[in-house]
Amino acid sequence: MPNPFAIQTAVEDGLAIITLEGFVDAHTAPQFESAVQSEIDAGHKRLIVDCEKLSYISSAGLGVFMTFVEEVRESGGDIKICGLVPKVKHTFDILGFQDIFEMLENQSAAKRSFAAS
Amino acid sequence: MAAIERKFTLQVPSSTENLAMIREFVTSVGRQATLDDAEINKLELAVDEACANVIEHAYGHDITKDVSVRATFDDEKLKISVIDEGRGFEPDKINQKSVDQLVQERRSGGLGIRLIKTLMDEVSYEIEPGLKNELHMTKLIKK
Repeated sequence: MPNPFAIQTAVEDGLAIITLEGFVDAHTAPQFESAVQSEIDAGHKRLIVDCEKLSYISSAGLGVFMTFVEEVRESGGDIKICGLVPKVKHTFDILGFQDIFEMLENQSAAKRSFAAS
Repeated sequence: MAAIERKFTLQVPSSTENLAMIREFVTSVGRQATLDDAEINKLELAVDEACANVIEHAYGHDITKDVSVRATFDDEKLKISVIDEGRGFEPDKINQKSVDQLVQERRSGGLGIRLIKTLMDEVSYEIEPGLKNELHMTKLIKK
């Protein structure tokens, strides 16, 4: 199978950075959800989801963003998405995610966006 | 001369683990049907969503059940049917709330069928709960 799923998390300057690789579908989305939940449970409310190596996402993955974004915003944080390849960005766009989430070109831009907010 | 119709079928156990295999199958059929990459991507996502709904909702993750994906195409259109014998669903009762509303309610359900309708040119259903449910999706082949 090309592009198996992988997920990495890191914390830099109070920002939780979750890096997705491969595909997020109904099979792998629960791992993504657990990773986001763990960061929130650890007190991180400013999250960057780096999708530069993400080759595919279905609604199961999009649902993870939708489930958590209000919670982190209520606590003064946010979830910012960066590095979307065109194929994946198209899926986000179909559902109007560009109106709900800030989407940045890369991780540096997402960090700058948090620094400015 | 009448167009030749080609038929392909994939039948897999009802597990989300098999979604990647289903996507590969659909991508391969889409290529044979001469769809361009953008259309193949739409097809891949629509069929993934349909099969994920069957696995999670119609069968409730019962791996002893099977999901079938039947594809037929000719020069003009590619038809894909996702077939199951599970609980079925009522198409009119699918959540129609906006994504914004769902986010406010911290919910994410109902996105799959919305995506399918956006991604495919025609969508129809034959629902007989417990007997046979078929979701038919058509993609027109643009020359």
